[in-house]
Amino acid sequence: MKASEEFKKSFFISLWFMLLTFPILVIRVNTIEKVVEWRWRNMAFIGIGSFLLSFVWRRLLSRKEKGRQPAETGNVETLPLGRRLLAEPRIYRPALTALALFTIAFPLLFSSYQTNIMTTALIYVMLGLGLNIVVGLAGLLDLGYVAFYAVGAYSYALLNHHFGLGFWTILPVGGLLGALFGILLGFPVLRLRGDYLAIVTLGFGEIIRLILENWNAFSFGPSGIANISRPGLFGISMTLNEATIYIYYLMVALCLFTIFVVNRLQDSRIGRAWIALREDEVACQAMGIDKTRTKLTAFALGATWAGMVGVIFAAKTTFINPASFTFMESAMILSIVVLGGMGSIMGVILGALILILTPEYLRAFSAYRMLLFGTAMVLMMVFRPQGIVTNIRRVYRYGTKGKESRPAQA
Amino acid sequence: MDSVLTVNSLTMNFGGLRAIDSVDLEVRQEEIVALIGPNGAGKTTFFNCLTGIYEPTEGDIFISPTPGGRRRINGIKINRIAEMGIARTFQNIRLFSNMTVLENVMIGRHCRAKAGVLGAVLRGRKTRREEQEIVDRSYEILVRTGLADQADEPAKNLPYGAQRRLEIARALATEPFLLLLDEPAAGMNPRETDELEELIVRIRDEAKISILMIEHDMRMVMSLSNRIIVLDYGEKIAEGTAAQIWENPVVIKAYLGEDFQGDA
Repeated sequence: MKASEEFKKSFFISLWFMLLTFPILVIRVNTIEKVVEWRWRNMAFIGIGSFLLSFVWRRLLSRKEKGRQPAETGNVETLPLGRRLLAEPRIYRPALTALALFTIAFPLLFSSYQTNIMTTALIYVMLGLGLNIVVGLAGLLDLGYVAFYAVGAYSYALLNHHFGLGFWTILPVGGLLGALFGILLGFPVLRLRGDYLAIVTLGFGEIIRLILENWNAFSFGPSGIANISRPGLFGISMTLNEATIYIYYLMVALCLFTIFVVNRLQDSRIGRAWIALREDEVACQAMGIDKTRTKLTAFALGATWAGMVGVIFAAKTTFINPASFTFMESAMILSIVVLGGMGSIMGVILGALILILTPEYLRAFSAYRMLLFGTAMVLMMVFRPQGIVTNIRRVYRYGTKGKESRPAQA
Repeated sequence: MDSVLTVNSLTMNFGGLRAIDSVDLEVRQEEIVALIGPNGAGKTTFFNCLTGIYEPTEGDIFISPTPGGRRRINGIKINRIAEMGIARTFQNIRLFSNMTVLENVMIGRHCRAKAGVLGAVLRGRKTRREEQEIVDRSYEILVRTGLADQADEPAKNLPYGAQRRLEIARALATEPFLLLLDEPAAGMNPRETDELEELIVRIRDEAKISILMIEHDMRMVMSLSNRIIVLDYGEKIAEGTAAQIWENPVVIKAYLGEDFQGDA
C-alpha cells in the first residue's frame, strides 16, 4: 500500500474515532452549575492519538507483508541477523562464556533479593522447557500443566512433613510422580485433540487444585504446609542468605540438565515422532508410529520436569498452599512457550526470562501489568506468531561425499 | 506366483450404509494391481480397511509377507500393520509439511529403529549408529525417487508432483512388501505422470514390492497394471487384464451410464 493511501485511511479512522468518543469525552454536563462543558482538547488528543496509532499499525503490517515474500522462496542467504550471528563461532563462543560467567557470578554480584527473583525465573525456564515437550513438540495443548508442578511440590511437602524425607531423596520421586500423573492424564485424553484436549487438561488441573484445597486430612487444605526443609548439602547448616544462593546454583544446574535432556530428546527418533504426530496424526500412524505410546511419552516426560521443579519450589519457599497452583500459573507457563517460540529451547528460555523478570523490574507499572501483557501478546501474535526464536532444526550429514545439510527453518 | 494379500468377502458398513459389499481381491508377488471405479465406489474405504484405519464389518484380510507365512490382520492397529509391511500414500497428500523432505522419509524409518528415551538421552554408540543408518537409508531412498536435491527443503515448499513422490518415498522407507497408492497421479501433468509410471515400475522391479493402486488416469492404469479390479457402489463388478476391462459392458455402463450403451 502506498504511503498516501495509508495516510488517508488513518485520517478517516481518526475522524471516526473522534465522532465515536465525542459524546463521552467531549461533552460534559455540569449538573451543579447547569452548564455544558465542551472539552475540545480531548477530541484533539483522540484524533492525533488514533491517527498515529493507525498509521504505525498499517506501516508495520505492510512491512510484514513485504518481509514474507523472500522467506517463502526459501532463500538461505536471507537468514535473520540473529541466526547468522549465532552461526559464527567467533561471536557465539565469547558470548556463551560471558553468559556462563555472569550466571555463576550473579549471586555474588547482586543481593539475595535479586538472586531469589532469578531463581524464580529459572523455575519458570524449567517449567517452560517441560511444557515445551508437550505443547511445542508433540502439539498437545495442555492447559493444566500446573497440576504436575503441584504434584511435585506436595509430594515433597507431605513426605517431608510426615516422614522427614530429605530433598535429594524426593527430587527424583517428585519427577517420577509427575510422570505417573502425566500418564494418568494421558490415558483418558488419547483420543482428543485441539480444543477438546485443552478443556480436559484444564479440568484436570482444576481437579488437582480443588482436591488439594478441600481434602484437609490429606493436604491441610487452603492453610497449606509450612516449615518445609530447605535442601541440604552434606549436613552443612546454612544461613538464609547462603541457602538462597545454594538453591540458585541448584536451579542453574537443573536447568542445564533439562536443556541437555530436552535437546537430545528433540533430536532423537522420539522427538521426530512427536513432531510428526503434531503435523498429521493419521499419516504418522500409517508410517508405523505408535500413537498411544508416543503421546504418553510426551505427557510423561513433560510432567517429569514439572514434578521436579515442584519439589524445588517447595524447598525454596518452605511453605506451599493450593493458591500457588492456579490456572493463572498454567496460562503463564503456556505464554512462555508460545511467546518464546514453540519447540525452540532458546525461545522458551528467553520467553521465561522476559515474562518473569520484566514485571519484577517494572514494579512502577504494576497496575498496568495485565494490560501490557495483553498488548504484548496481541502484537506478538500479529507480527511474529512463530515466537521470539524459531526452532532450529538439527543438521544431518548424509550422502557419500559427506555433504552437510543446511538447517531448515521450521 | 504366491499371493501376498488375500481379501475374502470384505464388507464394511457405516451404520446403515454398506460402503463395501463382500469384495474378494488378491495381489500376487511383484504384481501391479489397479483398483478403479467411479467416485464414491468405496476404493479409499477399501484401502482404509486394509491399513487398519477402519475395522471391516465382515470378511478376512490375510497377508503373507514371506512365502508360506500367512496372517489375518483384521482389526490390528494402524501402526502395527505398517510394521508388518503394508505402506500407503494418501489421496489428499498428508505429508509432515513443516518437516524437511529428509525428515519426512526418516519418519518412515521410525518403525525399523529401536532407540528409546534412555537411548536418546544418553546417545550411546548404538543409538548414534542407528541414527546415522536412518539418515543414510532415507537419503538413499530420496536419491532413488529423485528428490535428493530438495532433501533440506521443508516438504510444504515442494511442487505438487514432488510432494506426491515424497509420499511414495516416505512409504518406501518403512520397507513394505505391499505398497498401496491412493491416486498417485491425481493432479499431475503428463510429464510428471510419465516419471511416476517409471518410478512405480522401478519400485516393483528393484525393490520387489507388490503394488495395489487406486487411479483415475486410465492411460496409466492400462499401461501399468497386470490386473484391474473395478468397484461400483461397493461391489466388485469386474476383474481382468486391461484389454478385458476395456471391453467389459458392465464397466462401460458403470462409467458412462445406461444411455451411452444404448446409443453405442
